[in-house]
Amino acid sequence: MKSRHKKLALIGGALAILGIIAALVLNALNSNIALYISPTDVAAGKAPQGKVFRIGGLVKDGSIKRQADGVTIAFIVTDTEKDITVNYKGILPDLFKEGKGAVAQGKMTADGTFTANEVLAKHDENYMPPEAAKALNDAGNRAADKKAADAPSAPAKPGASY
Amino acid sequence: MIPELGNFALILAALVALILGTLPLLGAHQNRMAWVAVARPATSALALLVTFSFACLAHAFVNNDFSVVYVAQHSNSLLPLEYRVAAVWGGHEGSLLLWMLMLTWWAFAVRMLSSQLPENMVARVLGTIGLVAFGFLLFILITSNPFDRLLPGAAEGRDLNPLLQDFGLIIHPPLLYMGYVGFSVAFAFAIAALLSGQLDAAWARWSRPWTTAAWCFLTLGIAMGSWWAYYELGWGGWWFWDPVENASFMPWLIGTALVHSLAVTEKRGSFKNWTVLLAISAFSLSLLGTFLVRSGVLTSVHAFATDPRRGIFILIFLVAVIGSSLALFAWRAPKVGLGGRFALISRESMLLTNNVLLVVACATVLLGTLYPLLIDALALGKISVGPPYFNAVFVPVMTPLLFLMGIGPFANWKQASIPEILRTVRWAFVAAIIVAIAVPLIYGNWSALTALGILLAAWIVFAGAINFVGRVQSTRAGQSFLSAALKQPRSFFGMHVAHLGIAVFVIGVTMVSSFQDEKDVKMAPGESVDVAGYHFTFNGVKAVEGPNYVAAQGDFDLSVNGKFMLKMTPEKRNYHSSQMPMTEAAIDAGFLRDVYVSLGEPIDRDKPEAEWAVRVYYKPFVDWIWGGCLLMACGGLLAMLDRRYRIKSRATSAINTQAGTQQA
Repeated sequence: MKSRHKKLALIGGALAILGIIAALVLNALNSNIALYISPTDVAAGKAPQGKVFRIGGLVKDGSIKRQADGVTIAFIVTDTEKDITVNYKGILPDLFKEGKGAVAQGKMTADGTFTANEVLAKHDENYMPPEAAKALNDAGNRAADKKAADAPSAPAKPGASY
Repeated sequence: MIPELGNFALILAALVALILGTLPLLGAHQNRMAWVAVARPATSALALLVTFSFACLAHAFVNNDFSVVYVAQHSNSLLPLEYRVAAVWGGHEGSLLLWMLMLTWWAFAVRMLSSQLPENMVARVLGTIGLVAFGFLLFILITSNPFDRLLPGAAEGRDLNPLLQDFGLIIHPPLLYMGYVGFSVAFAFAIAALLSGQLDAAWARWSRPWTTAAWCFLTLGIAMGSWWAYYELGWGGWWFWDPVENASFMPWLIGTALVHSLAVTEKRGSFKNWTVLLAISAFSLSLLGTFLVRSGVLTSVHAFATDPRRGIFILIFLVAVIGSSLALFAWRAPKVGLGGRFALISRESMLLTNNVLLVVACATVLLGTLYPLLIDALALGKISVGPPYFNAVFVPVMTPLLFLMGIGPFANWKQASIPEILRTVRWAFVAAIIVAIAVPLIYGNWSALTALGILLAAWIVFAGAINFVGRVQSTRAGQSFLSAALKQPRSFFGMHVAHLGIAVFVIGVTMVSSFQDEKDVKMAPGESVDVAGYHFTFNGVKAVEGPNYVAAQGDFDLSVNGKFMLKMTPEKRNYHSSQMPMTEAAIDAGFLRDVYVSLGEPIDRDKPEAEWAVRVYYKPFVDWIWGGCLLMACGGLLAMLDRRYRIKSRATSAINTQAGTQQA
């Protein structure tokens, strides 16, 4: 009798603890996941409003601008199709460079720009953040598809010699 | 010529590992002593061959042999000698060879220190390590050979990643790998026990010091990595919940659980299956860590250029090791007895709770680490799980664990009484509450989370002190307190030192996350900024030249209350060969706080003599984080050196005879 109660108490306790932990984990996971969204999708309005997400791509040449305070920076992240302006306050990573890959994490603001609280760059000459690589690849594929789709319907240029 | 010798030694090593992984295991199974006797010499030969091979690679680095691809990719003739040596493990291939080197050294240590063990047991342990070594050697030879030649040889090497050109590279990977790979010994002991069916207290006693040794190295390795990231990356953080950090942290959590559950198995003969499962898990997680880091599936400071073949090979290896050991476990475990019974409230049940909490903590880290990979693999999009997830999950799981740490040492084996324990520790709890309310108030910013951290740390310290004093008093018998204290077993000291380390660590984490202060500012020469009462004056930058880089060196005066304290000189380096910029922070470390300055970038790239973006930090108690880890490792060392592991105690032989008669 007594040992059965003990067993029940043990099992009940364990289940309760497991339940609490599971609830905790799911809740934490749910509110702390940052989805990765490409600049093209952001431009198409697919970015969640008021939620943290990540964008990746190339830092557009000549796009880095510094505000007067010296530590607020704006730059453009592009997947070669669409551009998104990113605002960031703080010190950029060492390998953050124009024309190179970067990933930024933050939220969209009302004016359609992205406010980052974290900027990640590569840490090695040969290294490209996978999210940035994917955005460029996808954009490249779309461009190729578009070309292929356009080609047959494109009227032959007058005067083109074969 | 020498790289070819190294390659040849590696091939020979693979053959020796294959022999070591088969003959002794079969011999132990069929009682052929001639085959069993192969284990020891084969282990020595394996260690010798791999060490020779490693030395060959080091020789190529020291002598700038750029006709070896790996050397050409990771070194440069301008690289200072100490980094040329450390560059051996600065990339994928070499770090695997280091992994291998550590494995054979562990095996060699087991071979040398196992004279009291039955030969069959030694053969099974070394044989298991031999199989693991064979798998890894194949991996190195097939996908990641560091001796591959470049023809014609390069005139100059591409240089080591500047991030790695640091003292940290010299000691962080070897320590970490000693820990990772050290769990292979606990794993091999577990497999040997399953194979022989001899899972008893003697087995736990043999594997305990080895497990603790690996755990100590892993603790130091992780702490060293954290410290390195703190001063090198220039972000002032000490832990980022980066997947690769998690990969080393998961075996640590399971290893910590294993260290505790081995105590139960040794003292009371319980938890045997559980202990074996933990030993298998700890090493499996070490392998998983290697897979995650080396396969390139992760975005991380540790991810090098990738090659999918490698990922697949490690994955297959991983599945083979985990699958076969779990299958063996499922087959053999039901035959293992349950061991001593214990009450709901007892030392055993508290250690069981400790184990469950640590395993849960590990599972949540595993989930957070693998979740993005899973989502990606299922083509549901790319996501990242950041530090907020881990913080949100970790604090609630660790809180009961830390609370239990105060009570656990008071509980008796088999049956303990909660009211009795509470009576003993009530003043510790009251004192801890007072400290928890006072400290945040003194620092001027009370918050519940800060108070909780301080409460738990103070609780561990006070309850530990009561336990220590109580135990010494009860064994005093007329001697002075000091001499009675010194007669306590080292493992008892070890436990308290390690627990104290946890408390110190918790204080560090709590204080730095609650009271740190940072500012990112634009500074022109002559300007100054204040952070937490520290006054920094920027005097401009000057160009300085290093062995393989040029740097802009900032000149800051640090003063407090108008009194000059010291000069701080952070640098922005630019490495010749890679043209990679690197931030070198200037840190004034202190017992109660660190002050930290790092240079961002010049506001106008063409005018580096003018304004700079500068980051300044005040980090209270940050060094306690690593100090706590050091204490934990010291505690482990003390426990490992306990006398009972060295003398062939009567208990061991008694248990052996007992086990023998039971079988007969």
